Amino acid sequence: MDGANVLGERNFGRTARRDAWWVQPLAVFGVLSAFVVYATWAALQTSYYTFGPYLSPFYSPELFGDSAHAWFGPKPGWWPGWLPWSPALLILWAPGGFRLTCYYYRGAYYKAFWADPPSCAVGEPRRSYWGEASLPLVIQNAHRYFLYLALLFLCVLSYDVWKALWFVDPASGETHFGIGVGTLVLATNVMLLGSYTLGCHSLRHLVGGRIDRLSQAPARLRAYRCASCLNRRHMSWAWASLVAVAFADLYVRLCAMGIWSDWRLF
Amino acid sequence: MPTATFRIWRGDITGGKFCDYRTDVAEGMVVLDAIHRVQAEQVPDLAVRWNCKAGKCGSCSAEVNGMPRLMCMTRMNQLPIDAPITVEPMRAFPLIKDLVTDVSSNYRAKQRITPFKPRPPDAADGTWRMAQEDVDRIQEFRKCIECFLCQDVCHVLREHRLHEQFIGPRLLVHVAALEMHPLDIESRAEELRTVHGVGYCNITKCCTKVCPESITITDNAIIPLKERVVDECYDPLTKLFRIFRPARAPEAPG
Ligand code: SF4
Ligand code: SF4
Ligand code: FES
Ligand code: FES
Repeated sequence: MDGANVLGERNFGRTARRDAWWVQPLAVFGVLSAFVVYATWAALQTSYYTFGPYLSPFYSPELFGDSAHAWFGPKPGWWPGWLPWSPALLILWAPGGFRLTCYYYRGAYYKAFWADPPSCAVGEPRRSYWGEASLPLVIQNAHRYFLYLALLFLCVLSYDVWKALWFVDPASGETHFGIGVGTLVLATNVMLLGSYTLGCHSLRHLVGGRIDRLSQAPARLRAYRCASCLNRRHMSWAWASLVAVAFADLYVRLCAMGIWSDWRLF
Repeated sequence: MPTATFRIWRGDITGGKFCDYRTDVAEGMVVLDAIHRVQAEQVPDLAVRWNCKAGKCGSCSAEVNGMPRLMCMTRMNQLPIDAPITVEPMRAFPLIKDLVTDVSSNYRAKQRITPFKPRPPDAADGTWRMAQEDVDRIQEFRKCIECFLCQDVCHVLREHRLHEQFIGPRLLVHVAALEMHPLDIESRAEELRTVHGVGYCNITKCCTKVCPESITITDNAIIPLKERVVDECYDPLTKLFRIFRPARAPEAPG
């Protein structure tokens, strides 16, 4: 017989911890749920996602759509009528999948949404457990494929910042270089998303972590050190970039709706 | 001198209960001192394992107010004494008596790990050369004092009792130290997946949180091992890439 049995069964939430162990999972639950609700709502709007040279990151790249940012023209004819249409739905699965399979978020939402465990040394609601050893969660191992896509998205969003530097003068119709608050919002978003993506555990492994004698590959050693440096704060970058991307969408949306006016620095 | 109440688990595999003991706490005391005082003054048969009282032997692991800790490194002034302080044995392991548990399953699990195998010596005198930057990464893992607090807090062992399927964070740290060693030529990816059950870890980082040696267990040992398993077992692109990659010298990095 082992210790746990003599010391009594552990039921859901049972613990001898005396600190507020439920605060952190509750905060994760709240912020992640709020983000998912907002992102879904924003993705289904199909309007107010551009303002001047700004494009909401939820809609970028706009493969098909009605705005001037669309790559391949308007909504394709083959889109099934029963499926809600939005340019965001075409692309959001990629960054969504990237975050869903991120090592940091996995650990966080297994605790906050699935109570597996609710918090360290706190009793769980279920006896059975498969972890990530078999289906369905073994699919989490596809994280590096989402990373490849996320790196492409990072390039696209950087290009969006470049485009957000060029404003059309409504009077003359000429394009001028300029910086608005919206440009800074989009640039901050890319900076934070970049720090999050480039500190990814899979990237850290791919650039150098998989090699045991990195001293023989100096360029990869440098890349590994950079990725490791960002990786140490991966959790902070994950939350900061999550808030930034939602805020960037909100900013563009409020400007486009006329609720907020974008301030041009020059 | 203030007094504190200790709610200590007393019993063995046939059963037991928590008993309250009041004792004085002086400045600078750690929980292990208080347990020793209770033992000296009130219950001489209280079983407690300890050795160094310096956080280096890893013997005095227990659960203080519900969290796995070294009793000799838990200072009394970190704990509120307005309510009883619970001290109980590690829950993930079979109980022997009072605060002492049987941690031998960890030693048996270690024997299942493919041992270190170095490449042929680099020099004629039978010695090897290693670059500092290559050993930096595994240095952290060598700080482990085998206190098994990480094994105790890990819910896969603690709650789900999967000791046979999952070797646990301490032993994954050991595998990482072997796997990433610049001289070692074995690959343990397949056994990590099948024998050691690395997939059971759901990266919730409780092990990292309790490690008294501050080893970054999840981020620096377990996740890199998971990535190596992905390389070998779950990533068709990497496999394809390896087939078409030009052959390298046998001792090249890899
Ligand atoms: S991170 Fe993995 S090994 Fe560590 S406590 Fe959590 S499940 Fe166990
Ligand atoms: S890794 Fe840390 S917590 Fe685990 S046995 Fe070693 S020292 Fe103890
Ligand atoms: S591990 Fe978090 S993004 Fe890859
Ligand atoms: S007595 Fe050695 S670690 Fe506590």
